[in-house]
Formats: sequence, structure tokens, C-alpha cells
Amino acid sequence: MHITVKTFAQTRELSGEDNISLDLEPDATIDTVIKHLTARGSHWELALSGSILSARNHQLCDKQTVLNDGDEVAFFPPVTGG
Amino acid sequence: MSVNVFALIQNEDFSHAQLHSQLQSYANAYSLGGTGAIVTFTGLVRDFNSQGDIDGIELEHYPGMTDKALMLLVEQAVARFSLTAAGAVHRIGRLYNNEQIVWVGAAAPHRQAAFDAACFLMDMLKQSVPLWKKEFKGERSQWVETKASDDKAALKWMASK
Repeated sequence: MHITVKTFAQTRELSGEDNISLDLEPDATIDTVIKHLTARGSHWELALSGSILSARNHQLCDKQTVLNDGDEVAFFPPVTGG
Repeated sequence: MSVNVFALIQNEDFSHAQLHSQLQSYANAYSLGGTGAIVTFTGLVRDFNSQGDIDGIELEHYPGMTDKALMLLVEQAVARFSLTAAGAVHRIGRLYNNEQIVWVGAAAPHRQAAFDAACFLMDMLKQSVPLWKKEFKGERSQWVETKASDDKAALKWMASK
């Protein structure tokens, strides 16, 4: 299956990429995406370390969330609006 | 049933008076005479952080998710505090010291629910709406870190019902 990954704020700056397409095995989860991305290099390991949040199709989700073909996944630091 | 909620993400400044009157007209359309209290909050850009003076902030957001997350929060506030209307506006982009950043408003039959709802909206906004602040001074800039006190404020609402 095919998904899109977006990054924001520090996660975007540290990874150096803000919009990526990934081909994944069926039943892949957010955790699977993290494994794929951290395999790209230490900059991605750093970008996804610590208390990073994840979203699937514009809703916050946990790392065990199962993905579907066409999903948009996003990684970003804890939010600081207000 | 009439629509009694609004949530806006925008670059441009907002008018407190206009938003207040929009909230009141939504509340009247929802339940004429049923509103006894309106509480609003406006957040401004401070001219300092823990290290000293700053020139302003840059707000990044997640287009497509930010407006949905803000609307969800407003709807949760209406349901939780039995509001007659609620609204929230958050600005994005580059904002200079003393500019308005955020506005929330809650209308309710009684004042305590309106006060509580305004606090809930601000505390939870700082937890669930994908916005990130970067403070700048001259050419230098740094991301704002989350505060433990903000996490604690949101957890209080999540733990109680």
C-alpha cells in the first residue's frame, strides 16, 4: 500500500523532508512508518526521537494505529499554540 | 437546530467586538433569551521570553488538520458545558509583539459554565491543535518548548468530566 508522510516544525527541520511517499507492506502501523524513516539515516532518528506526536488522516493517533492505502500520516513535536 | 459554533485559522488580525457579537447572535439563534453569560479570552504576543526580549513569533500549522482540530475542540466544549454558542480563532504566520494571536468565546445559561468553557478551550488548544510557535529576535529564532504547567492544565480537564 501507498501512504504520504508529512512533517512539521522541528520534525520537519531535523529530517529535512516535509512530504514523502512510502510503499509499505499490508497491515503496516505508525510504528512501521517510523522504522522505515529511521532507516533513512541518523537525521530521521533524531527527528523522530523524544515525545513526537503522530496523526493519521488529520487525527492524532498512537503508534499502534493500523494504516490503509492512501492514508496521510504526519509527525510533529508537542504543539505550542495559544 | 442552528449552527452555534465557529472555528477559524487565519493570517489576518481579528476584531474582538465583531467576534463577540457573532458569538452572541449565534447564541440568540440557538436559544433566544437562554444565554446568561458570555466569557471571551484574547491572547497577545508578549515581548519577552525566559531569555530576554523578542521581536515576535512565527506560527506554523498543519493545513487541513488545524481547522478540524479547532472545530472539534469547540464542539467538545459546547457538549461538555452545555453552551448556547462557542467560537475560537487562531492566527498563523508572523506576528509581532503585542499583536493578537488567539480568541476564544463561550456563551452559556450561567457564568460558571462560560468561564470553565473558556479555560477548557485554551488549555486543550495548547494540547490538541497542531500549531507551533517560533520566537524570533533579529535574524535569530528558536522553537517554543511545551510547558509542564500547560500539560498539567490540560490533564486536569482530561482527568475530570
